[in-house]
Amino acid sequence: MTEETMDTDISLPTNRVEDFLRMERLPHIWCPGCGIGTTVNCFAHALDASGLDLKKVAIVSGIGCTGRVAGYMKLDSFHTTHGRAIPFATGLKLANPELKVVVYSGDGDLTAIGGNHFIHAARRNVNMTVILINNFIYGMTGGQVAPTTPIGATASTAPYGNFEEPFNLPYLAESCGAVYVARWTSFHVRHATKAIKDALLKKGFSFVEIMAPCPTLYSRRNRLGDGLDQMKFYRDNSEIQNGADTKTVGLSFQGKIVVGKFVDKEKPTYLESMNAFYAQKLGDQFTPYKG
Amino acid sequence: MKADPKGVMTGAYFIDGDHACAEGAIAAGCRFVAGYPITPSTEVVERIAERFPLIGGMFIQMEDEIASSIAIQGGVWAGKKAMTVTSGPGFSLMMEHLGLAAMTETPCVFVDVQRAGPSTGLPTLPAQGDMMQARWGSHGDYAIIALCPNSPQESFNLTIKAFNLAEQYRVPVLLMLDECVGHMTERVVIPPADQIEITPRRYWEGPKEDLLLFKADKDLVPPMVKAGDGYNIHVTGLTHDERGYPDMTPAAQEKLVRRLVDKIRLNADAIVEYKEDQVEGAEIVVVSYGITSRVAIPAIEQARAEGMKVGHLRLITAWPFPTKRIRELSTTVRGFVVPEINFGQMVREVERWVAGRARVRLVPHGGGSVHDPKDIYAAIAYVGKG
Repeated sequence: MTEETMDTDISLPTNRVEDFLRMERLPHIWCPGCGIGTTVNCFAHALDASGLDLKKVAIVSGIGCTGRVAGYMKLDSFHTTHGRAIPFATGLKLANPELKVVVYSGDGDLTAIGGNHFIHAARRNVNMTVILINNFIYGMTGGQVAPTTPIGATASTAPYGNFEEPFNLPYLAESCGAVYVARWTSFHVRHATKAIKDALLKKGFSFVEIMAPCPTLYSRRNRLGDGLDQMKFYRDNSEIQNGADTKTVGLSFQGKIVVGKFVDKEKPTYLESMNAFYAQKLGDQFTPYKG
Repeated sequence: MKADPKGVMTGAYFIDGDHACAEGAIAAGCRFVAGYPITPSTEVVERIAERFPLIGGMFIQMEDEIASSIAIQGGVWAGKKAMTVTSGPGFSLMMEHLGLAAMTETPCVFVDVQRAGPSTGLPTLPAQGDMMQARWGSHGDYAIIALCPNSPQESFNLTIKAFNLAEQYRVPVLLMLDECVGHMTERVVIPPADQIEITPRRYWEGPKEDLLLFKADKDLVPPMVKAGDGYNIHVTGLTHDERGYPDMTPAAQEKLVRRLVDKIRLNADAIVEYKEDQVEGAEIVVVSYGITSRVAIPAIEQARAEGMKVGHLRLITAWPFPTKRIRELSTTVRGFVVPEINFGQMVREVERWVAGRARVRLVPHGGGSVHDPKDIYAAIAYVGKG
């Protein structure tokens, strides 16, 4: 894949985020300094910029801090069970292909308990966008170790530090078949907004990982300062490498963060494959599936 | 409304209970099925996989039963009638999502073709050991409807009924086959589409801005909408208010969960279905369901031939249970005999409503085959003498 220039010129003249939120549900539950709210801001702007008909956009979350995002978005929104946002979204999308289905959830939800569904939805190339907020920890339950916790970082269930190899999420997504893979941090709001917009408009299984600080549980326990300190860390230690080989973008504890758009390719979606395959096999007998 | 003729295979067939279930689902208007292979239920999804591409349905074999049992709920919220199919181990995996469907009032159908357990048990052999799991298997309090066919024909009929009840009460409905009924091949008559009654989804018809997705009508059932219609609905497994918004208070919990339970409990008279044979004037009543209701017949006939007054009450809805009828009979009969392929599940419900007013005799069976009718006869004779 070739290096390309990121078009980050997404103008944000006025704060139109309120139009995308269930204002009656605010204030939200997230802690001061938490990065999830920033990503919601990016998502709202991306929705705005995407030109999608919001009536046809549905958001599905699992359980956890990021799992609460669905409940704040003024869209058809589904707050499902722990780890199962993707199979719910698969049902929603395949039953009504007109919908643009977005899964918005955390690293523990989507890649630990929900890991099986993540890899299979990517394999099938179900037409959906998965936005994964990676805070390296189970925030909602008090800071337990996650499949994303870097080696050496401590967590409430890894009090001497984590020794397990964490997932390299962009590599996982790409190897399972995702057609769009990007990683940004909550510091990179314009890049992240652009990536979400691109992912929303991408046909197939698109995946955006956004690193976000958890000052209450991850940063404090690891003596990394508050949310602002983490944002400074993201600023000073991120390196944009569009088109980077996803094998090389694994994260280490407070190490270099490779960000960028890593994968952007074309592949028939699940429904396109199904309809084309059955049309060829069954001919006139086939009733094309329209949802 | 009447069934969509597309897909209704009107005619007489020689098929098994699993295949009949698949045809019942198609006739009921089901066009979304997610499943995962497991004996002895697999034939249901195999038939669906073959039939759906021809009639515009969506079948997807998911990565596991957990995924299947929630993919169907996505399908429902996108506007489809949807079903998943499994057996014991898969049924256990689906329990969290049975609770989700109950909590979010998602009308859908779970089919469990029961095999002997616990754990992997006897994968290819019958049991009726999931009857209490059907009622109580997910955590917390809720209510569901569970139906027990005893023939391939009834598997077809009750699958349609399961979809209709799901829509009428916005509730998950369980179709509790057993391996014998699932694999038994008999004549099944599929009527013309215009003779099949279908309950349509209860879509909200009021002004858009007035919708409250979890505000119940008089029958305790709220209206439905679907994603993509511009309502900006919110659906959550958290305790929620009438808008669907989380409300983390004991008051909200009391209001919501009481209604979830009451919408089945207080509508039970309309839902409960059973069949009686010579129950009036009987001294002994055999209470049975599924394949066991057929195995009991020779035992009942033998006892009658010997002059005993034996009635037969066959459960068609296991849940809700026919509490009124059992209580009423308990004041007039000498006792009840309950054969089931487990070590005592529905018998507990019989005992609860008999409340000591008559004898209750369980005829247990560990699973793997059906009862020897002699054992059921012996129990009838025992209660008769008592």
